[in-house]
Amino acid sequence: MTDALVLRRVRAVDPSLALDAEVDIVIERGRIARIGPDAGAALLKSERVRVVELDGALVLPGLIDLHAHVREPGQEYKEDVRSGLAAAAAGGFVDICVMPNTKPVNDTRAITEMLVAKAKNIGGTRLHPIGAITVGLKGEKLAEMADMRDAGAVGVSDDGRCVMSSAVMRRALEYASTFGMPVIQHCEDHTLTEGAQVHEGAVSTKLGLRGWPRVAEDIIVARDVLLTEYTGARYHVAHVSTYGAVRILREAKHRGIAVTAEVTPHHLLLTHERVLGYDTACKVNPPLREDEDVEALRGALADGTIDCIATDHAPHSSLEKDCEFSEAAPGMIGLELCVPLLLGLVKAGAFPMARFVDALTAAPAKIVGLDRPTLREGARADLVLIDTKAKYVIDPSRMRTKGRNTPFTGVPVEGRVALTVAAGQIIHEAFA
Amino acid sequence: MSRPFPHRHLLGIEYLDRADIEQVLDLAETFLEINERAIKKVPTLRGRTVFNLFLEPSTRTRTSFEIAAKRLSAEAVNISGSTSSATKGETLIDTVKNLDAMSADVIVVRHGASGAAELVAKNVNAAVINAGDGTHEHPSQALLDAFTIRAHKKSFEGLEVAIIGDIAHSRVARSDLFCLAKLGANVRLCAPSTLMPLGITKILPPELASRLTVHSRVEHALEGADVVMMLRIQAERLSGAGFFPTTREYSRTFGLNRKRVELAKSDAIVMHPGPINRGVELEAEVADGTRSVVLDQVKRGVAVRMALLYLLGVSGLPHDEGWPPS
Repeated sequence: MTDALVLRRVRAVDPSLALDAEVDIVIERGRIARIGPDAGAALLKSERVRVVELDGALVLPGLIDLHAHVREPGQEYKEDVRSGLAAAAAGGFVDICVMPNTKPVNDTRAITEMLVAKAKNIGGTRLHPIGAITVGLKGEKLAEMADMRDAGAVGVSDDGRCVMSSAVMRRALEYASTFGMPVIQHCEDHTLTEGAQVHEGAVSTKLGLRGWPRVAEDIIVARDVLLTEYTGARYHVAHVSTYGAVRILREAKHRGIAVTAEVTPHHLLLTHERVLGYDTACKVNPPLREDEDVEALRGALADGTIDCIATDHAPHSSLEKDCEFSEAAPGMIGLELCVPLLLGLVKAGAFPMARFVDALTAAPAKIVGLDRPTLREGARADLVLIDTKAKYVIDPSRMRTKGRNTPFTGVPVEGRVALTVAAGQIIHEAFA
Repeated sequence: MSRPFPHRHLLGIEYLDRADIEQVLDLAETFLEINERAIKKVPTLRGRTVFNLFLEPSTRTRTSFEIAAKRLSAEAVNISGSTSSATKGETLIDTVKNLDAMSADVIVVRHGASGAAELVAKNVNAAVINAGDGTHEHPSQALLDAFTIRAHKKSFEGLEVAIIGDIAHSRVARSDLFCLAKLGANVRLCAPSTLMPLGITKILPPELASRLTVHSRVEHALEGADVVMMLRIQAERLSGAGFFPTTREYSRTFGLNRKRVELAKSDAIVMHPGPINRGVELEAEVADGTRSVVLDQVKRGVAVRMALLYLLGVSGLPHDEGWPPS
């Protein structure tokens, strides 16, 4: 048992403090006791101190994922709270928000409470349920949002389904705002995407798969921006995938409307050509789009039009993926891939390091009202240490998630989450 | 027949090059004669097992493959079923692995899901022939179409082929487009915009892209055409929001009738992959007229499928074995 943990000579980045420097970080009694150049020097000889010193270590505030599926209750063969939290910790996340499209749907206090209790009992990464907007995700009747909030829900979403009725969406925005909850919309006009399998374009035409047109996303984002302005509520767009949605969001923010948005690592990295050959690992909703969309998404993340990065971690078993493309379930795993994949983009200059960190820490914390993880002296010790020099090849069989559904298998990456600390406790450790 | 066919499966025309296509057509030419004999059978594939796995309704294609296999003396086993998720018990992968375990030499697969043939090919040792997968490809149909065109026209080079109808949902249109463009023909696709899929002009390899033009007026597509290929219009395209208002209006605006067919060259041929909706996309008088080669397509289909079974069914043996058919 050690009394203190010293992270020695690490590069610490916390844009909320305008911090990017080589420092020592001393963690004691669950808090960051000291941070600064050589701040840990006095403790190095102590027996009851653990010192971590690693060439190329990068320390960030603990990461927050606004959008994960841990499949419990109902589909524990794909993932459960325990494996989901282990995957989150391994990915550097100290907080994850879990979507309500479980079986049964999390549209009641009972399920919200169960998830919170179960996660607390397991420990590690903190779990925050997102409640359903409507009962059964049917888009008709509002779910008991206040009840779910009291039990720990931090937002509401019908993720996987879009609230199609403008009247229901208006009431949802008004009602959720009463309790200070953001409404998170899966933007998809279902009347335009019936049977849709992939982005509508040359690839869908070549493969003979039903197309999911960009405009089905843009229409809902545009409508919801207008409803948000009209109701004065708080609105968050899940997994933005089109350049059109980016344009609408940019204009809405410019006009001071309370909209926020997230983007997934896969939409920042992949395009629809990856589906050629009917690779079901690349089937995801919204679908992988085109170069101009990827470019717009990267630009929007860089300039803050898109506030945060969320994984949309969606584990499936081989039952849902080893089949005809049109039968396959959409989704890919993301919790343990986010950091290594996106560090590559930061390195390539797609967006600055400070924005990358903000998009996974302060920005999502603000949207759902969580404590902002920060590397300030006295703050709760929520942080992640990344071995930026670790080079390896992505291998889902070595991951903590039960899901193996990723198109990134075999991709060489640089950067491994070596240490995740939540409230001063080491919740994940993987030094080479 | 010294050139080995460089493919283990036939999944789509997209994956073939011109020489591959011509090899199939040349071989089909020699098989055509067998179908004219009193005893229409050669021992070429004796002892080989061909499974016709048809998980979507089909009469013409299934029968054509069955006859092709039988005339080559292969054992042809027909399996039909439904792929609707309501009746789904066993997975497709399990089904085909079972057939493979029975030492299938060739599995001919028809399935409602695009990409199904590719999925089958990844999971079996047998050679796989795609007999139509969803709205993706129907390569044997395209080959028999090309075979028919070649019999009636001197060369593909510069030939003007109009393909008219439901391009969006047609696997025949995709396969024909690849096949004819690769052989040197110019392809004109024509449909109302609701039935013309987005990005269609980008699906050909860049060097062939100029061979494709897209038309929204049937008159423009027909003007001076050497070949007119009409596609079947399915009634279910009228459901929901609908892709066109009525079959009456479709027939009036995009159907081929006696008057319209005169816009094509005087020696133009009229084709249809079947089954025909008489009076919708094709007027009965045109379907039965002198320009129509619809039944010739069917006849040549058997020879093309014999050629395919031969090329893919003798895996592991030198391609000269069993040749010439006697």
